[in-house]
Order: sequence, then C-alpha cells, then structure tokens
Amino acid sequence: MDETVAEYIRRTVLKIPRDEIKTMLQKWGFLSETQLQTINFHQIKENISHDVVLLCEENSADIKQAAVLDIIYNHSYPNKRVWSVYQMNKTGEETELFDLTDFKKKFKRRLRSALKNVTINFREYEDNAIWIRIAWGTPYTQPNQYKTSYVVYHSQTPYVFVSASVLKSNLPLLCQALVVASNYHDIREMELRGHSLNSLKDIVFKRYNQNFQTYYPRPLQERNVAPGSADLRIIQENRSEKERIQRVNREVFGDGPQPKLEFAQYKLETMFKSDPKMDVLDKKEPFRCLVKFSSPHLLESLKSLAPAGMADAPLSPLLTCIPQKARNYFKIREKKGVFPGSFVSP
Amino acid sequence: HLTTSLPLPSERDHLRPRIDLIAFMIDIKSRYSLKNVEASLAHVDASFFLGKVCFLVTGVGRVNYCSIEMNAIWKLGKVYCSPVLFCELELEGIRVATAQRLLRMLQICAGHIPGVSALSFSSLMRNSADD
Repeated sequence: MDETVAEYIRRTVLKIPRDEIKTMLQKWGFLSETQLQTINFHQIKENISHDVVLLCEENSADIKQAAVLDIIYNHSYPNKRVWSVYQMNKTGEETELFDLTDFKKKFKRRLRSALKNVTINFREYEDNAIWIRIAWGTPYTQPNQYKTSYVVYHSQTPYVFVSASVLKSNLPLLCQALVVASNYHDIREMELRGHSLNSLKDIVFKRYNQNFQTYYPRPLQERNVAPGSADLRIIQENRSEKERIQRVNREVFGDGPQPKLEFAQYKLETMFKSDPKMDVLDKKEPFRCLVKFSSPHLLESLKSLAPAGMADAPLSPLLTCIPQKARNYFKIREKKGVFPGSFVSP
Repeated sequence: HLTTSLPLPSERDHLRPRIDLIAFMIDIKSRYSLKNVEASLAHVDASFFLGKVCFLVTGVGRVNYCSIEMNAIWKLGKVYCSPVLFCELELEGIRVATAQRLLRMLQICAGHIPGVSALSFSSLMRNSADD
C-alpha cells in the first residue's frame, strides 16, 4: 500500500472522536467485522489508528477507499467546514429526469478534461443528497488529499452547497462542471455562508418555522396577576410593554428554533451623515465601512435582544430579513431619490 | 416596583404607593442601558434629586466587557447629585450586600431612621478632591 495512503488513513482516523471510531469504520465497510474485532478501541487514538492502518495494508487500500472514509467523516461532522450556497438555474421548463450515473460521468469528464490530476469521489445519501469529494492537484503535481473541496447537491433542487478549500482558483472550474453535469444553464453564488450545513439547508429549503400572519386574539387584560414571579411584593410596571415586545418578537421570528448562522456582514457604501458643522469629510464620497455581527448562534441571539432589554423591538429589518432573504452578506448603498436613505442591493 | 423605563404607565397611578427611592440600574456592558437611563431621568421630578435617587451600576465584575466609560458614569452622578453604587449581580455575596445597602438607604429615605434624612447623602458623597 502506498505510504501516502497509509498516512492519510492514519490522519483521518485521528480526527474522529475515539467513541465514534468503531461505528465509522463499520459504516466504511472496508475492514471486515472479524478484522474490527481485533482492534482494541479503548487504547489511545494513536495506537488505534496505527492498528487500523496495518489492517488496511492487509486489504491493500488505495486512495479511493481512503477518500470514502473521509467523506463519511465529513458527513458526520459537516460543521467543521464553512459552506457557501450556490443556486443554479435553467431557462425553459424542461423537466428531465435526473440520472445519477449520467451526472457522475459528465462531472468527472468535465473536470478531468481541464485538470488531469484530481481525485473525485461520490457518495449518495437518503435525502437525495449527493456528496462529492474533490482533491485538487495541478498539471504537474498529484492531487493534494489534504486540500479537498466538498460539494453537496440535492438533485431535486437547484441548490448546491460547497465547502471550497483554500484553492479558490478551482471554483470556476467546479461550478462549470456542476452546471454541465446537472443540465442547468448557469450558477450563481448566493450571499449565504455558515458552518452549519443543516441550517443552511433549512434556510434555503424553507424548513424552519416561519411566521405566518395569523390572527392572534388579544388575551383578556389581567390585573395584578404575576404568573411567573414567586414574590408578590415585586410589581412589574411595564407588563404591557413586555407583552408587546414578546408579541412583536414572535411575529418577526416565529415560534420555532432559528437556523444556526455564525455571521452577518454588511458592507456599507453610504454617505457619512454627521452634523454639518463637524465637516468630517470634505469630499462627498461614500464612507466605506464593514459591519460584522458574529455569534455562536446569531439568529437566536438577535431573537433574545429585545426581551433581554438590550434593543428596541421591532429590530431593524436588515437583521430580521436574513432567513427570508436567504442571505447573510449584504451591500448597502445610498438610495438615489428624494428621500435620502439606504437600500439593500442584490 | 420594577420598570424598564420612565415615565411609569399612567393607568396604575391610583394603585401606586409613595415612591421613596429610585434606583437607576445601568448595565456596564450595554450602552443602550445608559441611554435608557439618561432618557428616563428627564421624567423624574426635581425633588427626588435631594437624596432619593441613586445609580446602581451592574456587571462590574467583567472588566473585559465594559461598553460604558467610567467618566460618563461619574459625570452622571455629579450632574444629578446622586450616589453611584457598583455591584456584580452574579455573585451572591455582593448581591446580598448591595441589597442590604439599598434597603438601608430606603429606610432613611422613607424617614424610618430618626435623626438621619435623605439630604445627608449628598454631603456624604462629596469628593475630597473637589474642595
């Protein structure tokens, strides 16, 4: 077995949390059950991965099989990567049946015709998701298995989720191959990025709990009843204001859990508005500024801002439109017209 | 009575007892809370500022998360002639001690301690550097 393959398998196994190694190897299916029995999964990870490599040598693993293990790992832990969302579209209403073999063949052919040194692997999952792993090389070097791109394509939708590696120069080629293989006409990058692949899918497939305009009959006014607080000596003066905030929040965010995003970025190209006497900028140029919000769970924290008393309700629509518009990167320009303001450009 | 901003809702005016002490809470991590307090101060009758108002600054345990400058707080206390107390609500010991201080101040403001009136607070606050 090739040295590089052995090292790659060893490093992949080391990434897996110790308790999950056995299950993942079983999913991989490359080592037989009897072989797996011979491994002690309670020793330190270095030793476990060493044992796995020895067994892989017995079975003469090659890079294709090792790549499958990598896909399985990334499918279980997709949140370690950053995913961008792309949307493909086609003009015309041809509804062709999706043929998986045809897709794979066209994809491989397109990539290989431009770049000989690539490793391409496919794996299908239940929810019509096709996972594609691509290891990139150059015309002169072998594919670098540690610099991989991942593509998740749901064949019944025009959406593709891409976790590109550092080699951004290969993106146009990848996009081209996708379009050709799936019989679409073009592809564009949506301004939506995040770590949680499932949340990006939720946003784009509209699977999160959206707020629909329902009629909420106002509850009867209650006086001097403190349902939550145990101490009746504490009197909340702003009960109606608190209820208004809850109601507005619920209308904007809905009831269910929010999709998980880590950033929202706003690129401002607006004029600096200040006291005319201050005259900060002589030239009337747009003031370039980047505002970035980051959080372990951005939408949930936005949802809790007003109830926590840290912001007014309702929040700015620039923040609350994120799931509906399916984007978290915005460019804000000056609105040209009678009323100076700002508008969000596509 | 707890409220998030002033003025108090007028529909409960008839149910409200006399107010002896107003403690404005400022979260040092939130500029919004300072703004809110400054806006609410405008709704307080001038007679309260003779010792019946104090500022309670919370969250001082986390030095890294200060969003408000100390100067702004000192200035607030000076302009409104009211004491500024600092506390960290997340630590039980400090929370209890602060509550006891406020309770003592409240007793004085309500006139329950003979010989001491709320007017004494302003003289106790005078900074030796000012003289």
